Amino acid sequence: MVSEREEETNVKILVPVKRVIDYNVKVRVKADQSGVELASVKMAMNPFDEIAVEEAVRLKEAGVATEVVAVSCGATASQEQLRTALALGADRAILVEAQLNEGELQSLAVAKLLKAVCEKEQPQLVILGKQAIDDDANQTGQMLAALMGWPQATFASKVVVADGKATVTREIDGGLETLALKLPAIVTTDLRLNEPRYATLPNIMKAKKKPLDTLKPAELGVDVAPRLTTLKVVEPAKRQAGVKVADVAELVAKLKNEAKVI
Amino acid sequence: MSILVIAEHDNAALKAATLNTVAAAAKIGGEIHVLVAGAGCAAAAQAAAQLAGVAKVKCADAAHYAEQTAENLAALVVANAAGYSHILAPATTFGKNLLPRVAALLDVAQISEICGVESPDTFVRPIYAGNALATVKSADAVKVITVRTTAFDAVGEGGAAAVEPIAAGPDLGLTQLVGRELTKSERPELGAAKVIVSGGRGLASGENYHALLEPLADKLNAALGASRAAVDAGFVPNDYQVGQTGKVVAPQLYLAIGISGAIQHLAGMKDSKVIVAINKDPDAPIFQVADYGLVGDLFQLVPELTAAL
Repeated sequence: MVSEREEETNVKILVPVKRVIDYNVKVRVKADQSGVELASVKMAMNPFDEIAVEEAVRLKEAGVATEVVAVSCGATASQEQLRTALALGADRAILVEAQLNEGELQSLAVAKLLKAVCEKEQPQLVILGKQAIDDDANQTGQMLAALMGWPQATFASKVVVADGKATVTREIDGGLETLALKLPAIVTTDLRLNEPRYATLPNIMKAKKKPLDTLKPAELGVDVAPRLTTLKVVEPAKRQAGVKVADVAELVAKLKNEAKVI
Repeated sequence: MSILVIAEHDNAALKAATLNTVAAAAKIGGEIHVLVAGAGCAAAAQAAAQLAGVAKVKCADAAHYAEQTAENLAALVVANAAGYSHILAPATTFGKNLLPRVAALLDVAQISEICGVESPDTFVRPIYAGNALATVKSADAVKVITVRTTAFDAVGEGGAAAVEPIAAGPDLGLTQLVGRELTKSERPELGAAKVIVSGGRGLASGENYHALLEPLADKLNAALGASRAAVDAGFVPNDYQVGQTGKVVAPQLYLAIGISGAIQHLAGMKDSKVIVAINKDPDAPIFQVADYGLVGDLFQLVPELTAAL
């Protein structure tokens, strides 16, 4: 019989990360309405994925996890984000290299690629960002959970792993909910799970030597053809700035007589 | 064409978001069925049957739907998906948690958080925190869609649909509820409120937040909201958060108090009819979207405003 302690220390964590436009960049729609401007725009790891990497690394530092494997699906340049994950503490990385145009590698295809990686790697826990800040889809973790037949805890603000279980507190519309999940399981991160560390220079240097393997969707037997076609991308109607009022009396008068909302 | 709407409810009543989702279904066109899965959920099913435009309510009543876990619900939806061209749920934490699981089991894409319907297979949805709107066409046989509730006006009553009991699926037993800490409030639901009073970092503490904003919200019968900064700083719980990754709201009146207006916050409230901003920094980005801006010390202005109403 496997002791509890041994079981705990056998947790391998897979952390998928996505390369997206940096969160501080002001996004511009292309004039031909085919998408947003990506040329010479600063790219970064999706912020929710940074939180996922941080959580996995903390579980390893706490002795709960044995190995943290970062994986990214997308263009060759996603290696940069994998190197960031390695600098933050992941042990090794896998790039599933799929050269598609912007928006064409969609959540279902990514979930299928991740399923294939899970079958090879046999993680006990997969921690993903709850959504990517480019397409705001909020799908991949739930889809992967479905394809694997595993339990899911989305929008996590606290994760405790012990005794073959993950106990996860989730941020839901009415407040908080805590679920206990049998491992293997899927967790997606919300903002308040942790504050990710910064990569230090020595760790950035060390990360260059950590292993990074590359796979192709065809090797994994996954069809990544898009199901959704983007017909156009436009800017939303701009809201006009209104007026500054001098004092509370003028504000109340405007709300009553002009806007008629009170 | 027929459409299955997954109801969000608490067994006794429907959540307001369900009414907006039925409205989106009506815009797509076709016969609308509503699935109510719960434990002791007959009252919620009855409420769904009375919604305008609903042709049938399917009700699965079983103990293992009490917690509304995605695993058990997704299995039930998939078992009942045959014959539907569209499956819809609100883009709330309930729908966002559940529907991608349904889509993957059906081997179809999900179209997240639609804010417009162009045709039965083409939809408009926000991307990049609402800084762009994408029109997307689905090639899948079944369109699995979450609905941005603020983009569709809630349907009223007036329906008289039959409630058909359906068999519950298996209890997969993958997750167990340990507990819930739900915010109790007499105030209107944030997502459906006509007036929202929202506070940010400028309030400086949770005590100030409550002392200043609650009397104002009382006067206006408003819901209370917050920026991410205020939630991160612990002034209020997470369910107050308005923004790209929190709740998206579009009330008649939104009062942003001590909120600078980060792009992620604007993404959650810029479709409000009238926006008022009170902030000491005249260059705060919130003033670029506010209809009425008041520059000054909120600690003086908010009590003044409360007294003037």
